[in-house]
Amino acid sequence: MAFAMSAARAEVLRRIRDALGDERAPAPPPAPAAAAAAPRVADPVARFTQRVGDYRAGVTVVEDASEVGAAVAAALTRHAAADAVVPADLPAGWVPTGIAALADDPPLPHARLAQVGAVVTACALAIAETGTLILDGGVGQGRRAITLLPDVHVCVVGADQIVGTVPEAIARLAGTPRPLTLVSGPSATSDIGFVRVEGVHGPRRLEVVVSRRA
Amino acid sequence: MSGFASAARAGLDDPQLRRNLRQATTTIRAKRDAAVAEVDDWEGLRTAGAAIKDAALLALDAHLERLEANVVAAGGQVHWARDAGEANAIVTALVRATGADEVVKVKSMATEEIGLNAALAAAGIAAYETDLAELIVQLGDDRPSHILVPAIHRSREDIRALFERELGETGLSTDPAELAGVARRHLRERFLRVRVGVSGANFAVAETGAICVVESEGNGRMCTTLPDTLITVMGIEKVVPRWEDLGAMLQLLPRSSTGERMNPYTSLWTGVTPGDGPQAFHLVLLDNGRTTALADAIGRQALRCIRCSACLNVCPVYERAGGHAYDATYAGPIGAILSPLIDGFERHATLPSASTLCGACYEVCPVKIDIPSVLIHLRGRVAREHGAPPSERAAMRAMARVLGTRRKYELAQRALRTAGRPLSRDGRLERRLPGPLKPWTTFRDLPAPPEQTFREWWRSR
Repeated sequence: MAFAMSAARAEVLRRIRDALGDERAPAPPPAPAAAAAAPRVADPVARFTQRVGDYRAGVTVVEDASEVGAAVAAALTRHAAADAVVPADLPAGWVPTGIAALADDPPLPHARLAQVGAVVTACALAIAETGTLILDGGVGQGRRAITLLPDVHVCVVGADQIVGTVPEAIARLAGTPRPLTLVSGPSATSDIGFVRVEGVHGPRRLEVVVSRRA
Repeated sequence: MSGFASAARAGLDDPQLRRNLRQATTTIRAKRDAAVAEVDDWEGLRTAGAAIKDAALLALDAHLERLEANVVAAGGQVHWARDAGEANAIVTALVRATGADEVVKVKSMATEEIGLNAALAAAGIAAYETDLAELIVQLGDDRPSHILVPAIHRSREDIRALFERELGETGLSTDPAELAGVARRHLRERFLRVRVGVSGANFAVAETGAICVVESEGNGRMCTTLPDTLITVMGIEKVVPRWEDLGAMLQLLPRSSTGERMNPYTSLWTGVTPGDGPQAFHLVLLDNGRTTALADAIGRQALRCIRCSACLNVCPVYERAGGHAYDATYAGPIGAILSPLIDGFERHATLPSASTLCGACYEVCPVKIDIPSVLIHLRGRVAREHGAPPSERAAMRAMARVLGTRRKYELAQRALRTAGRPLSRDGRLERRLPGPLKPWTTFRDLPAPPEQTFREWWRSR
């Protein structure tokens, strides 16, 4: 099969060269000016919280990091989550007291994750314009499966992590080798009669806690 | 009638389908318009989107080689497929090598195009569609009729009946939330059990090797995160040159597609990541006619398509005929140009005529594919390379003779006036014209031939 595959590779590349002939793109390709010059957002925190709210996610804004734990606990209580998986390196103050916290260390089996009520994480970045959270598996975020299988995702965002627009976020993430997940509201579908339904396979509830100061 | 015209008859004769389509496309058009109006320089963004895709296409070989090198460097494997059969054989062999006899699938036009599910079934491998609409299509042994919403032709009542019959559910309502809940319960167990995931790709970044899948339900995250092995089948035109290109594309796609600022979930991964997600990753690069399309200097812009389906939702022909009338993987205006370009004119000769050339598709296209111009170009190719119908050829020959000299033209005008007078009333042609012109005049209002032509008036002045 190896030979057949390399023959296919050679032929597809040859077909491309034949198809293009002398019409080659100028190198380097033209810069997408409009994308790069996307306007900055004046008050990113206000815009972000409004836009996250538009997706019908819960949003709580707190003044500083000392209030995050209480806001997380309140979010979990709202959804009657009895337990929550937490990344091993989640800041200690964010781990709610009064509910069972499961560290994903060693990694929990998928079937176990599917039974946990909630997950609490940090994020890498957030986008004000689109109300998007970006997870990159960095500090306080854990691997992708833990934010996927539990039914409630509580995500903590620092105000300094919020950028204005999609191109700004993409620029900040340049060079990351880690898998990225961009989350904009809870899982949703409009496949039946074009009626939007929140919560299909991913977390059915998204709660965002924004901390104005670290 | 043949091809599109006869295939469209079924859709036109189905009032339920037309109601569903009109309601769905009206809803999505309004959402899209609002999402687009919010962007300060949407036109500039469209121009950027077109430039990015053109840059990718005009050096496609170099970008694919770069993508391959980066995926391999990140621990993935890359396979090349000249056609559908080759791609299916590669995927089948990869699944077999894992020892699995089932896969979970993210909605993917590329795998739809190559008929992967049937090929896997023939090899004894079950492929489970996990997108809600694709699940509805699969359970109903049906065909998708829309790029984004494959079950757009199915009503809530249809879906309830289907779920009760196929999934052993009873007492369901037609509430979309309840029906979505059924899909969740039904598929969750499979997500946790199945060890091989199959996806398509919305974008692949040559510069980094990152693959991007854009979705809403979370089924894409499930399929690309939970299995041990992930196989991505990607048309070669999906590559973009640079990481920063995602900044434009990830604005253009969701706003054009579902009319959202951002779709709920966008997943990006590069090769494999120890301790996170599948530990084996295969990327299958699919040609299957794309290089044929690339060789058509006017038609190749169809390869810019990012499958948003905005053109379907604004098309008066699609809205009335429905997706099945196109009898192709890709329906609607983009399908009318993409299908003959990549899948051949023999099967799709009538599709370039399945349009009124109103131009709405061009206006909404996020990567500025000039669909009307390509349609006209392809109509010319059909006529030149595959022969226009004899009646059309005869008509064109007669027209060429009449228009050849002034004398013949003026004689023809006089003849038309004489012949047209008994058929005219109140300045309009009242009746259908006889013979081969009958179908053409059945649905069209024509002005009656004037009493005096401009030239006659000028001479008598």
